[in-house]
Amino acid sequence: MKLSKILKNGFLIVVACLALSACATSKKSTGQMQGDVYTGTDTVEYLASGVPDRVFFATNESVLTTASRETLRKQAAWLRKNSKITIVLEGHADERGTREYNLALGERRANAAKDYLMTYGISSDRISVLSYGKERPVDSGSNPLAWSKNRRSVTVKAN
Amino acid sequence: MKNFLITLIIILIPVKSFGLIEVDITRGNLNPLPVAVSPLSIDEESRKNFENILKKKNIGSEISLIVENNLKISGLFNPLNKDAFLQKPDIANLKPRFEDWNLIKAQALITGKVSYVEEKLRVEFRLWDVLAGKEMMALAFTTVPNNWRRVGHIITDKVYERLTGEKGYFDTRIIYVAEEGPKTQRIKKLAIMDQDGANNKFLTLGNELVLTPRFNPTSQLVTYLSYFRNLPRVYLLDIETGTQEVVGDFPGMTFAPRFSPDGKKIIMSFAKDGNSEIYTMDLENRIVEKITNHPSIDTSPSYSPDGKFISFNSDRSGYQQIYVMKSDGSNVKRISFGKGIYGTPVWSPRGDLIAFTKLHKGKFYIGVMRTDGSGERLLTENFYQEAPSWSPNGRVLIFYRETKTDSKGKGFSAKLWSIDLTGYNERQVPTPTDGSDPSWSSLLSN
Repeated sequence: MKLSKILKNGFLIVVACLALSACATSKKSTGQMQGDVYTGTDTVEYLASGVPDRVFFATNESVLTTASRETLRKQAAWLRKNSKITIVLEGHADERGTREYNLALGERRANAAKDYLMTYGISSDRISVLSYGKERPVDSGSNPLAWSKNRRSVTVKAN
Repeated sequence: MKNFLITLIIILIPVKSFGLIEVDITRGNLNPLPVAVSPLSIDEESRKNFENILKKKNIGSEISLIVENNLKISGLFNPLNKDAFLQKPDIANLKPRFEDWNLIKAQALITGKVSYVEEKLRVEFRLWDVLAGKEMMALAFTTVPNNWRRVGHIITDKVYERLTGEKGYFDTRIIYVAEEGPKTQRIKKLAIMDQDGANNKFLTLGNELVLTPRFNPTSQLVTYLSYFRNLPRVYLLDIETGTQEVVGDFPGMTFAPRFSPDGKKIIMSFAKDGNSEIYTMDLENRIVEKITNHPSIDTSPSYSPDGKFISFNSDRSGYQQIYVMKSDGSNVKRISFGKGIYGTPVWSPRGDLIAFTKLHKGKFYIGVMRTDGSGERLLTENFYQEAPSWSPNGRVLIFYRETKTDSKGKGFSAKLWSIDLTGYNERQVPTPTDGSDPSWSSLLSN
């Protein structure tokens, strides 16, 4: 059911892009953001060569973007190869929301990443989820780019 | 720690009043009532005794300064400059010369006396209507000397009640989160202080992240969220004994705790598999009940003062909005329908209003609405502010505000602020460090 939900979301995005031929231009791209999702690499660290540690979200959203799904597939492949490794998914929100709601939103984002990893064969036993809400921003700026870097789920090695 | 309790009110002389001064607190008060707070008089021997114990040269003056400051920050009163006072404190307390006080435009006068009686501090004070030339109230009480600041707060509460007809909020405390360090690695500690910012004390060391402390309305218990061992859970802390425990046995994050009005339950959110629901736990029998059941984020619950309803915020409509339901979770109704998103609903202790945070077009507002969602009124607008908490009399809200950082990410701060329900009298509440997530206690002496 989770998988169908994810596939449906993915499908909807593809359909939307086909329908709007101006999809790429209708969303403002600043080079580091598409829509308001961060697409840069400034803050990204690597779990292994070619395996980025984090995915980014749109404001108020926990839907995984195409790029996020690609990142998570790389993480899943790496986790399958290293079957002893366990991970914590740390979910975060930007500073433009109330503290308690953001704790819930961070949890929802981390779980979106968890569900996706599970559909690629990673056992839930190896994954724990930790929401920081807006408590641990990576960028202390008060601007849309900083906020986009802070809306994230980061995969952290736990052992 | 029995010294929280004050042996209170030995003499209470009710005075009949006809047409005496009254202060209207339902509207913004642009003409605060001029009041003269005469220093409490003190005999030389008592003065020396208190100087020894409390290291304060003249405790009578110190107590009157607390009263004066309280009256000033209430925004309803204008305490007059003591330099203009003509009458000596001891004589004024016996029989004020009303012409003298009238001359400096005082409408109300507070006088009193402190003495050292059997190792205790005894206070008597009087409130006078200067224009009518009448005593409005006289009261005396005894307490341990260390409670001297509370004596000032209790005097203020009595004066406020006599002049406005409503209970005061000065003999109260604020629990909040003290913050330090860079924005990306904030160190947060639980802290508690008197309502006026005095007696600040840190309750945790800052080793783990702590958030959203809230008072039990009936005791010295506090509930809050701690990231102890990186497991975000709701805790219960007894601020008198320092003992703490995890609330309930949940396999995941619990957060957004608050007490029920009778203090017997904790209501909070529990997040699992990307879904946050509202639960209660009975503190006596530990029975846990699930209150909401919806695949959206349901959080920030707050009981109505009669315990019959719960307000909370949910994004079931797509965005964060405020809902009200019966305390068993039935009859869920959305009440916020204005433009923008709404969160952190908190029911007024008077029962008639819900205070909230609103985000609209990039600005944050603290506002109030009736419990059916009508009559929305925004009190203050800022770059970022949230989490209102009511004074126990439902006349003032305390909340926190964060500043926008500059292009280099510098200049962040978080401060506590208060504002009257009227939308007037907005002021920063002093804290030794940055602060957030304030929660106002009930009246301590009640």
